[in-house]
Amino acid sequence: MRRTPRDTEASARRVTRRALLMGAGMSAMVAALGARMRFLGVDQAAEFRLLAEENRINIRLIPPARGLIQDRNGKLIAGNEQNYRVTITREDAGKTDAEVEAVLHRLSHLIPMTKDDLASTMKDIKRNSAFVPIIVAERLDWHELSRISVNSPALPGVSPEVGLSRVYPRDIDFAHIVGYVGPVSDKDIAAQESPDPLLRIPKFQIGKIGVERWMEDTLRGSAGTKRIEVNALGRVMRELSREEGVKGRDLRLTIDADVQNFVQARLGDESAACVVMDVTNGDIIAAVSSPSFDPNLFVRGISQKDYSALTENDHRPLANKVVQGAYPPGSTFKMVTALAALAEGAIDENSTVRCNGYLEVSGRKFYCWKHSGHGKVDLKKSLAESCDVFYYDTCQKVGIDKIAEMGRKLGFGARADLPMSAISDGLMPDRDWKQARYKKEWLIGDTINASIGQGYVLATPLQLAVMAARIASGTEVEPRIIHSINDQPVPVPPAPSLGLEGAKLRAVQMAMFEVMNGQHGTGKGARIADETMQMCGKSGTAQVRNISSAERDSGVVSNDNLPWKQRDHALFVAFAPADNPRYAVSVVVEHGSSGSGVAGPIARDALLRAMTGDIPPLSAYPPSQRGRMETLLNALKLRLPDGSPPAPSKV
Amino acid sequence: MSFLEYRLKLAPTGFSKVFYINWALILVLTAIAAIGWLMLYSIAGGQMDVWALPQIKRYGLGMVILLAVAVVPIWFWRSMSGLAYALGMVLLLIVEFFGVVGMGAQRWIDLGFIRIQPSELMKVTLVMMLAAYYDWLPDKKVSKPLWVLLPVLLVVAPTILVLMQPNLGTSVMLVVAGGGVMFAAGVSLWYFAAVIAMVGGTVFAVIYSEGRPWQLLHDYQYKRIHTFLDPSADPLGAGYNIIQAKIALGSGGWGGKGFMQGTQSRLNFLPEKHTDFIFTTLGEEFGFVGAISLLALYTLVLVMLIWAAVQNKDRFSQLLIVGVAMNFFLYIAVNLSMVMGMAPVVGVPLPLLSYGGSATLVILVAFGLVQSAIVHRPR
Repeated sequence: MRRTPRDTEASARRVTRRALLMGAGMSAMVAALGARMRFLGVDQAAEFRLLAEENRINIRLIPPARGLIQDRNGKLIAGNEQNYRVTITREDAGKTDAEVEAVLHRLSHLIPMTKDDLASTMKDIKRNSAFVPIIVAERLDWHELSRISVNSPALPGVSPEVGLSRVYPRDIDFAHIVGYVGPVSDKDIAAQESPDPLLRIPKFQIGKIGVERWMEDTLRGSAGTKRIEVNALGRVMRELSREEGVKGRDLRLTIDADVQNFVQARLGDESAACVVMDVTNGDIIAAVSSPSFDPNLFVRGISQKDYSALTENDHRPLANKVVQGAYPPGSTFKMVTALAALAEGAIDENSTVRCNGYLEVSGRKFYCWKHSGHGKVDLKKSLAESCDVFYYDTCQKVGIDKIAEMGRKLGFGARADLPMSAISDGLMPDRDWKQARYKKEWLIGDTINASIGQGYVLATPLQLAVMAARIASGTEVEPRIIHSINDQPVPVPPAPSLGLEGAKLRAVQMAMFEVMNGQHGTGKGARIADETMQMCGKSGTAQVRNISSAERDSGVVSNDNLPWKQRDHALFVAFAPADNPRYAVSVVVEHGSSGSGVAGPIARDALLRAMTGDIPPLSAYPPSQRGRMETLLNALKLRLPDGSPPAPSKV
Repeated sequence: MSFLEYRLKLAPTGFSKVFYINWALILVLTAIAAIGWLMLYSIAGGQMDVWALPQIKRYGLGMVILLAVAVVPIWFWRSMSGLAYALGMVLLLIVEFFGVVGMGAQRWIDLGFIRIQPSELMKVTLVMMLAAYYDWLPDKKVSKPLWVLLPVLLVVAPTILVLMQPNLGTSVMLVVAGGGVMFAAGVSLWYFAAVIAMVGGTVFAVIYSEGRPWQLLHDYQYKRIHTFLDPSADPLGAGYNIIQAKIALGSGGWGGKGFMQGTQSRLNFLPEKHTDFIFTTLGEEFGFVGAISLLALYTLVLVMLIWAAVQNKDRFSQLLIVGVAMNFFLYIAVNLSMVMGMAPVVGVPLPLLSYGGSATLVILVAFGLVQSAIVHRPR
């Protein structure tokens, strides 16, 4: 449709009129923008320059208080303490690096600082933006702090502050479980997709290992902010506004700090691990790796000397053996073979095998630990006296795949879902595994080795405890360590049944009872006398070296005559009370030589400590051992009831 | 002589079109873009290939497109308006359902080699559509309610889609630019008065009702409004940018701290220092003189556009140029008010200065249309 020229003229005129009107409107806005530019850049320039150069408004993050970690009864494991520290801000300290260094140098006369400290602070300063306060020294006392305040005119850019720092009052008891916090590193930040602004605070503490690390998001909380005005010296003039952050959430662990402490003390200097578990719900009551270390050292910045001492110790104090150590389970694995054979119907509780001290399979002799032989052996006797030949024979009737299946059902070869670092999977080998790993056929000898927990089988102390708990409860109970978050209990899903016939499970439980309480039981020396608390258990002694054929002929060298590193590992799994199991325990003592002699008594004491809720009464021990136990228990360096460290021993 | 007759007889053809292009306008645009490249070079700490070089390449590509668009007759573009608008709507719908989420909002379609931001494209196609509509509509009907409702719907439909992304800045620009074209086309002032009164009344009612028994919104919604209007209430987010931006601008003073001398450390926390907040660097390094010079260049572009619209006798061309001018003005006004702390922070780039592909290309395409209108105007 075309307009008449007259219309076109008129409309074009109107558009022109209105376009000019809009142009006028735009001009007005442009004039306003120009005026604003003038206002900011000229009229207020002096003020803003002042803001930019002298009286600067800084927005500082307020780090939230980190969530507390408590034991199941609310005893403090990880808390926060006030920490007086001093920071330096580069842009306030001086224009050149030399000026900044001079300030630091003056500061080093007032507080203890080494040359290395100076150098590393200088490095931190250069790495960060000029306006970021860098922590120079922490944990100052009042004297040092006041010395700095008095000398402040000579120390531009230096300001004393008070902050919170992590502290572990029960130092070595929870080093492996709870771990420790440390200053955030560039690597930590790079690992996150959108890092929390808090992580940008120099030396902000985040969890490095253990619960502290794996529950970091729960514990950290979120930042608050404060707007502060600082003067040319970097001194805070006043706080303009403040918005508090959200405190991190508190964690309550399933661990009982007193049981943990008892077990830690009981393990002493051994290179060992012990786990106590509640078989009814999977609560880990104690999980101890020994020797341990003081996590507070790491929070405060560990010295090279202390660190070397930890890394060079052949008992590996830094490793959390509870989940990181994978050991051949030895005879503690026999329950798995037995249950697999029972479940498959390959044997029943009355089947017998004749033990002549060895079993010959395809031309090779597999020896029982007792070379003279056990004679006629049934299931009960096979566990009670730990006959190997019974299992050499039985395992061939079931086959490795069924044994591995039962092993996995009882918790072997599976990574526990716990907030701990470097958890090992252990190893539950079967035919497919060997084919995939070594490209070799599974041999009958492999089955025979596996049947008594040697060969390829590996298990962590935690997995051994889970096995004991599952045999005790007949359910697939899962270990757990977080009891509640901010007093909200973490729900425990009911554990599904193992699907074993009651009679078969009971046969194995009864055989484990026989281990401890039978006439010839290998664990007899570690039995509990009190009938209400009697235990079921199984010892294991795992070889860590190959026995040479020369030794086989001349008799195996006794452990006592071997260097520590070559001695057998001592293992023990147990649960109690026998008639109504409540707690399961596993103990691994590296190179402890004898499962029943070394690991067994520790397992007993741990169980008694958990069951009685106190130092075990002497009445629980067999009369002949009471004297010795009294000395042993009295010598334990336990914490005082308030968690403070035990009195130092006289050396 | 009608436009039809004109275009058959007198419009420039062939190579001679080149002489009719408004080269002065192109020169000013390039000068503005060059300031942008300088700033991008400075922000990257003296490196070309971080931001400056890609931006120069884009500008080069955009300029080729501009010239290509300019030599195509304006009546061809008018006939394409409906199609362009439809395409823009389809792309907006696609981004709504398949778009890439960037900076917390769904804005892009990723074609692999280029990311298209349909909301930017819509700014031009909407103006084309409205210009074509009023070119077609007989003058007498312009203020009839039904014929006012139709363009309102044309504006509201894409605006709703853009709002859902969510992209408040672009939504506002669509509404105001669309309104601008309608205003220029001669829609009765009463409609505008009514809309302004309604919006004003609603805003007043909402704000006035807070804390009263008949409060219109939830408390948390008010809280959001407050942080939006007063960014300093959210010092970790928008407020931080604003405070730092104001300090940077202010500390530039009259002459600025000099090229590459801006204390970037203070802007290190600005995630958008090379995009939406690029003006702060200019203000800090070249001071009030630099800032006002840029504003002068922008004003020159606007004056040239309005003049081109006034000179043109073709209704479609006039309205198109007014629409483009309106858009260009809105980019500048919204971005600068935001950076200078006069308006809340919404994501609107500074035209030709901010780093970014879609906006630059769309602006140059729009100027290509303007050039086409200039080249083919009835003489």
